[in-house]
Amino acid sequence: MPERVLMKGNEAVGEAAIQAGCRYFFGYPITPQNEVPEYMARRLPEVGGVYLQAESEVAAINMVYGAAGAGVRVMTSSSSPGISLMQEGISYICGAELPCVIVNMVRGGPGLGSIQPAQSDYFQATKGGGHGDYRLIVLAPSSLQEIFDLMGLAFPLAEKYRNPVMILGDGVLGQMMEPVVLPDEPAQAPPPPPWATTGCQGRRPNVINSLYIEADACEAHNRRLQAKYDEIARKEVRYEALNTSDAEVVLVAYGSVARVCHSAMELARAEGIKVGLFRPITLWPFPSQALAQIAAGTGETGVAGASGTAGAPGRGDSPGPAFLTVEMSAGGQMVEDVRLAVNGLRPVHFYGRSGGVVPTPHEVLEQIRALRKAVAA
Amino acid sequence: MRQIFGRPASLTDVPMHYCPGCTHGIIHRLVAEVMDELGIREKTIGIASVGCSVFAYEYFNCDMQQASHGRAPAVATGIKRVWPDRVVFTYQGDGDLASIGAGEIVHAAARGENITVIFVNNAVYGMTGGQMAPTTLLGQKTTTTPLGREARRNGMPVRVVELLSQLDGPAYLARVSVHNPKMVNTAKRAIRAAFQAQLDGRGFSLVEVLSTCPTNWGLTPVEALKWLEDNMIPYYPLGEVRTPSSASRQAGVPAAASTATAPTPAAFGATGTAPATRGKEGE
Amino acid sequence: MARVTFNEQRCKSCELCVSVCPQGIIFLADEINLKGFHPARVTEMDKCTGCAFCARMCPDQVIEVFAEGGKPVHA
Repeated sequence: MPERVLMKGNEAVGEAAIQAGCRYFFGYPITPQNEVPEYMARRLPEVGGVYLQAESEVAAINMVYGAAGAGVRVMTSSSSPGISLMQEGISYICGAELPCVIVNMVRGGPGLGSIQPAQSDYFQATKGGGHGDYRLIVLAPSSLQEIFDLMGLAFPLAEKYRNPVMILGDGVLGQMMEPVVLPDEPAQAPPPPPWATTGCQGRRPNVINSLYIEADACEAHNRRLQAKYDEIARKEVRYEALNTSDAEVVLVAYGSVARVCHSAMELARAEGIKVGLFRPITLWPFPSQALAQIAAGTGETGVAGASGTAGAPGRGDSPGPAFLTVEMSAGGQMVEDVRLAVNGLRPVHFYGRSGGVVPTPHEVLEQIRALRKAVAA
Repeated sequence: MRQIFGRPASLTDVPMHYCPGCTHGIIHRLVAEVMDELGIREKTIGIASVGCSVFAYEYFNCDMQQASHGRAPAVATGIKRVWPDRVVFTYQGDGDLASIGAGEIVHAAARGENITVIFVNNAVYGMTGGQMAPTTLLGQKTTTTPLGREARRNGMPVRVVELLSQLDGPAYLARVSVHNPKMVNTAKRAIRAAFQAQLDGRGFSLVEVLSTCPTNWGLTPVEALKWLEDNMIPYYPLGEVRTPSSASRQAGVPAAASTATAPTPAAFGATGTAPATRGKEGE
Repeated sequence: MARVTFNEQRCKSCELCVSVCPQGIIFLADEINLKGFHPARVTEMDKCTGCAFCARMCPDQVIEVFAEGGKPVHA
C-alpha cells in the first residue's frame, strides 16, 4: 500500500530528492525556501548523505559543480536573488556538461524584491540565465505530488543529457501543505560515470573543464551542445492540456498559477463560458508545437508526456481559441513564448500580478469575461 | 650513472605555456614530486583555477577539475565531501585566491576542510596583462597602478597566511619561496607537509609560494628572482605559521587561547630561511 | 662523475639554470630551437658535479641529471 503523507512543499522537495537517490546537498539560506536545506540537514545524514551549508550561493553552486564532476547525484536549492548569484556557476556546469538539479522557489523581484511568490525568473530559467549559449531543462510542478514525480525525472534526465535540470517553483508551492503518495521504491543513484573525477587508478586522468581556448574548438563544443539541446527539445516536451478542444479561451499558466487558472476554468465553465487550460510542465523545452496546434484548431487535449500527446481529438474545422496567459509577473515572461508558438494565428492576451501578489480565480474569471465581451463587441 | 633527477610521473609531458622564467613551472613540479613521493597520484583530484595557471589541468597527471575564478576551494569542498578518502588540492594564484576568491578561501579554511591549497603569490595579475593584485606591494607599478601602488588609493597588500592564521580551522599554514635551489627544497618540504596533513586527516592546509612574473614585472627572469628576494620576502615573511602539532584544534585548546598567541611565522628549522621581518606598513 | 641532459626543444632561454650553476658551466647556445629560443647547454660536462641546482630551478622540466652512485633527488 503506497504511503500517503501530509507534507509542506519545501519539505517535499527535500524528501523527493532523497527518494530520487540524491545524497548531496549544498545550499545557503534564503526565504522562501529555507525548509529545503533545513529538511536536508536533518534527513541526509540519516541516509548516509552529505548536507553542507555553504558560505554563499556562489560557493554552493561551485560545491555542486565539484560534486557533480565527482560523479554523484547532487542538488542545491535557493530563491531568486540566490539563483542570480549562482548563474556563473550554472554556466560552468552547462559548459562542462555536468548533471545536477537546481531548485528555484521564486520570489518577487527585481533586486531584493519581496519574499512572497512570483514567477518573474522565467526568462532567467529558460533563456540561459548566465553567460554563453546554453539551456537548462526547466520543470515546473504545480502540486506536491508533481514535485515528487518531476524530481524523480530530474536526476535521470540530468544524467542522460549531462545537463543541469532546474525545478522552477514559487513561494506558494514551497509553503503549501498537501498529501502526497511517496514512491513505492526509492531510486538508487547510478555508480559514478566513467568521466567523473574519482581518482585515476587504473585509467587515464579525467578532466572536467569548460575552457576551449581556440575559437574553432569552442565553436565545435557549442555545436555539440546545440545538437544536444535540439535532441532535448524533440524528446522531452511535457505539458497538460485540459478542455482545449472546444474552448473559446485557453488559459496558459504553469506552476501554482495553473491551479488558480484551473479554478477559474471551472468557474467559467459553470457560467457557460468554454474555457480550457494549457499547462506547460517543461518550460524549456517549451511545448510550442502543442500550443500551435491548439491555435490552429487541431490540438489535442490531455496530458502529454515525453513521447507525444494523449486525449480527445481536435475540434475539426472550427477556429482555434483566444489565449490568456496568466503569470505572477508584471510584464509577462512566458507570454512571449506563447506568442512565438501561436505566431499571430490567434490573439494572445496577458494577465499578471507581481511582487508577491497571487492572482485569484475570480480575478482571472473577470479577465475571461472581459475578453469575451471585447470579442463579442 | 643513474638518473637522479627528471620529470615526475605526476606531471604530464605537455610543454608548459608559461612565459620564460616564470616559476609556476617549478611549483608545478614540486607538487608533482610530492604526489609521486607520497604515492597518491591515482587518488588525487586537483582543481585548476582562473589565471595563468588555468591550464594546470593539462600538466598534472591526475584527475582534474577546472574551477571558475576564485571558487576552487568550493569546488574542492564539493569533491572532498563526495570522496573523503581521496586527496584534493587546489592550485590558485593571488588574484584568484586573495581577491575574487577571498570568501571561499576563508570559509574553506574556517571549516577546516581537509584539502590542500597551493597558493602562488607573484604580486600581479599575470594572465590579464599585469594589473594590480591584492598582493601587489606598495610602490609596485602595474598597468592599473601606473605610478605605483599607493595605500590610500589602492589599499594595502593582503598577507593571506597571516590572515588565515586567525582561524582555528587550518592545520597547516606556511609561506615559502622558490627564488633559489635551497628555497625550492624548503618549498617542497612545506608542500609535502601540507599534503601529509591532509592524508593524516588534520584538516585544511595551505602553502603560499612566492613566485615571479618576469613579463609583467618588466625584469629578466634572473632579475625577477632577485626582486622577489629583495622586495617580496620583507613584506611576506617566510616560514611555517601553523603545523598540525601547533594547531589548537588538534590539542583541543579553546579558540580564545589559540588566537592569543601571535602567529609569527617560524623559520624552517635548520634548513630554513632568515627569520621573518615584517615590511613597513602604511607608506 | 655526473652528467646533465637538456631537452633543448623545451628550453625558453630563461637562464635560471645558468644563474644557479655553481660550476658556471651552463651557457646559452648560439643557435635557436624550434620555438626561437637559444637553448641552455653545458660546455664542460666533466666539471658537472650532479648537484641538480639547474634542474631544480628549471621551470620547464628541460633538465635530467645523472650521477655515479648519486642519491636520487627526484627521478
